[in-house]
Amino acid sequence: MSTITLDSKVPSGPIQDRWDNHKFDMKLVNPANKRKFTVLVVGTGLAGAAAAATLAELGYQVKCFTFHDSPRRAHSIAAQGGINGAKNYKNDGDSIYRLFYDTVKGGDFRARESNVYRLSQVSVNIIDQCVAQGVPFAREYGGLLDNRSFGGAQVSRTFYARGQTGQQLLLGAYQALMQQVALGRVELHTKTELLEVVKKDGVAVGIVTRNVTTGEVQSWSGHATLLATGGYGNAFYLSTNAMNSNVTAAWRAHKQGALFANACYTQIHPTCIPASDDTQSKLTLMSESLRNDGRIWVPKKFDDNRPADEIPEEDRDYYLERKYPSYGNLAPRDIASRAAKVVVDEGRGVGPLKNGVYLDFGESIDRLGKETVFERYGNLFDMYERITDEDPMKVPMRIYPASHYTMGGLWVDYNLMTTVPGLYALGEANFSDHGANRLGASALMQGLADGYFVAPYTVGDYLAGLLGQGTVSTEDPVFKAAEQTVNDASHRWLSIGGTKSPEYYHRELGKLVWDYCGMARDQNGLEKALSEIPALREEFEKNVRVLGNPEGVNQSLEKVGRIADFFDLGELMCRDALMREESCGGHFRVEHQTEDGEALRDDEDFSFVGAWEWNGAGTAQTLHKEPLVFENVKPTQRSYK
Amino acid sequence: MKLTLKVWRQDNVNDPGRFETYEATDVKDEMSFLEMLDAVNENLIESGHEPIVFDSDCREGICGTCGLMINGQAHGPQKGTTTCQLHMRKFHDGETVTIEPFRAAAFPVIKDLMVDRSAFDAIVQSGGFITADTGGARDANEILIPKPAADASMDAAGCIGCGACVAACPNGAGQLFTSAKLAHLGLLPQGQAERWKRTEDMVETMEMFFGSCTNYGECQEACPKEIPIDFIAMMNRDYLKSKLKNRKLSGQKY
Repeated sequence: MSTITLDSKVPSGPIQDRWDNHKFDMKLVNPANKRKFTVLVVGTGLAGAAAAATLAELGYQVKCFTFHDSPRRAHSIAAQGGINGAKNYKNDGDSIYRLFYDTVKGGDFRARESNVYRLSQVSVNIIDQCVAQGVPFAREYGGLLDNRSFGGAQVSRTFYARGQTGQQLLLGAYQALMQQVALGRVELHTKTELLEVVKKDGVAVGIVTRNVTTGEVQSWSGHATLLATGGYGNAFYLSTNAMNSNVTAAWRAHKQGALFANACYTQIHPTCIPASDDTQSKLTLMSESLRNDGRIWVPKKFDDNRPADEIPEEDRDYYLERKYPSYGNLAPRDIASRAAKVVVDEGRGVGPLKNGVYLDFGESIDRLGKETVFERYGNLFDMYERITDEDPMKVPMRIYPASHYTMGGLWVDYNLMTTVPGLYALGEANFSDHGANRLGASALMQGLADGYFVAPYTVGDYLAGLLGQGTVSTEDPVFKAAEQTVNDASHRWLSIGGTKSPEYYHRELGKLVWDYCGMARDQNGLEKALSEIPALREEFEKNVRVLGNPEGVNQSLEKVGRIADFFDLGELMCRDALMREESCGGHFRVEHQTEDGEALRDDEDFSFVGAWEWNGAGTAQTLHKEPLVFENVKPTQRSYK
Repeated sequence: MKLTLKVWRQDNVNDPGRFETYEATDVKDEMSFLEMLDAVNENLIESGHEPIVFDSDCREGICGTCGLMINGQAHGPQKGTTTCQLHMRKFHDGETVTIEPFRAAAFPVIKDLMVDRSAFDAIVQSGGFITADTGGARDANEILIPKPAADASMDAAGCIGCGACVAACPNGAGQLFTSAKLAHLGLLPQGQAERWKRTEDMVETMEMFFGSCTNYGECQEACPKEIPIDFIAMMNRDYLKSKLKNRKLSGQKY
């Protein structure tokens, strides 16, 4: 029987004071002692780069790892729309409390209140910090910052840099990181992929990596290890994630005892370009900001094959405006996605494969003029046209939901520490702030909050207790054993000599996960997936073909290990979805819905975080529950009508 | 459609390398260029041949990881488009397509079509930042930035660091990349304190790795983000000013 107890370490007192009091209560490390501590940061997206730079500024010795050729390539760079900040610059009634409220409600009451409040508090510092670094946010003519509104909110609190906000925020963090590299405070290791998390006496003491250029397997020792390695949306194969985004770092930590929470909370983003054929390698997101000026519709009639411009107004169904008059086209992501699925499943989809809905700018072009619309969304329109060969200024865009973000992840306490002491998880890699559904423009906010303003404090508190202790030698048997595990796995994959490429199995796995654990889930489907995934996995392990050798560049070898972890994770997603006998946010169980098809939560039985403990390959994980307490925002049925 | 591919294969930096010919069958208009290569690779693996190594990640044209010379053009024939966003409808049945890595002295080939662009990181590391340690920032709206200045800065900041500018340049020069970063930071009020030192440090680091600019203008033609060479002129002006008047030490006036 497991000995793990989930202690969220949430401070007590009024919610407004918790983070401030906690900051005061945490132990400090004297500046002269900071340099005696080594911190390993894995991943260089918003959370990782921000944490590495900030910890180095504070004086810690930082070693930072990315499998990319440069920290700037991390997938945070692809975020388009914006970042929330409760600045109330628009005088429209925003406040820290309102952002907190919106986020708890938007997460369908499955997030930890204290974490969300802290996130809202530091959101204002993030905007200040990014502007100081030179992030070129959009401005008004007077020189003040511009804001726009985003799905799930009725105030304008989103800061943006054209359609490239993630890029600009990441470049800000990357530049801060490179400055610390230049100052010798960060040792940067690019093209270096984490393959094992190493523990000694139950405490995280370092990692083992493989250099993806040379194939060298190496150990790194640190007082604390921070995983900022992103989400697991590629479990679906087709997603808006980058080709190399994977769950491996988080999963290898899970296998070392870090609990994995809420795996079934996956976000399906409503505005992506529909798949065009079966050779497609990924899906492309069209920023949610388009819903500010675009109207979503499908034909009222089934199998209406007329081109969009020949369908008169009275034959169009603006279904979001019809079903949710107060939020309309700005309904939150989970709701907008499900509504699209409903109309496409009914047979009212549009496009050659009937797998999309229209996002129409006609009305906005009439109201605002072509120039204004193009200024707002021109780069997105160009991107759309390159992919589909259609101009959204003339023909309505076609969109359909796609896997985009994963709210689940490694379980962490209020300090962002996993259940393995000394091992932290930041950004999308953890489960903490978004509950069952993330609101638009909140991912960038959370990544930077964790990296700039939370981990640098909480990691210090942990390190203060280690004063006088060195790091464990990388010659220690725990490291040697982990290196052996990595080398053995490489040789095993290379010796199978099957007939199918790793990509083939990823695609097949993705189909199963999407069909049974995608936008709608039911008991039969999930049980089916739980028998089909292990069967496919067995075939994969017997029949995958990885050529070449472990030395030097071997992209198939990199991929095959990641896919193996996706198999494990896919099973856990289904198991978690099967356990959660309710619908909430991104998790929709067909058996649990209201009469008009909305998600039906069960607060009595499921108001908890489901955190799973690894019990070894081939054995089901054990569920641990962290009860969720709502003292400030009373759970109600989310209504966006 | 069916294509003949002439692909550069090179085992490592010391291998002289060679072209190899492959057939790409069942190519569809809707495929991206890299999806076409994915399909070729899957066939190679299943027939027991090592797949072609190439870099890519986001496949949305923003991470800057991908980059191929396609028929001698960096990122191929479509203007303002990265390799991953190039679609096969730009090619026709029966065509022979030549695929090479980005070639430049500063970008050694790692394997096949994958090159080492770490020289770009070295340039950024030498000064491509605004010193603003976490925590000390004032309220964001206290810094007024005229919209045209913010827009021009953003034009430069859109650089994705792919290296097409270097690959397209007959001299293998890194001016467009370097000047885009300098303009991004130098056009903003926050960037003024370090402007002159930044310019000198970045330009001088660039010159350690890259060739010289002789105003061919190929870089702006190849740039998938259509960054103009005007920024190179701005960089040259700042560098000259800084050197001639030693502004780095004597103050920050224009």
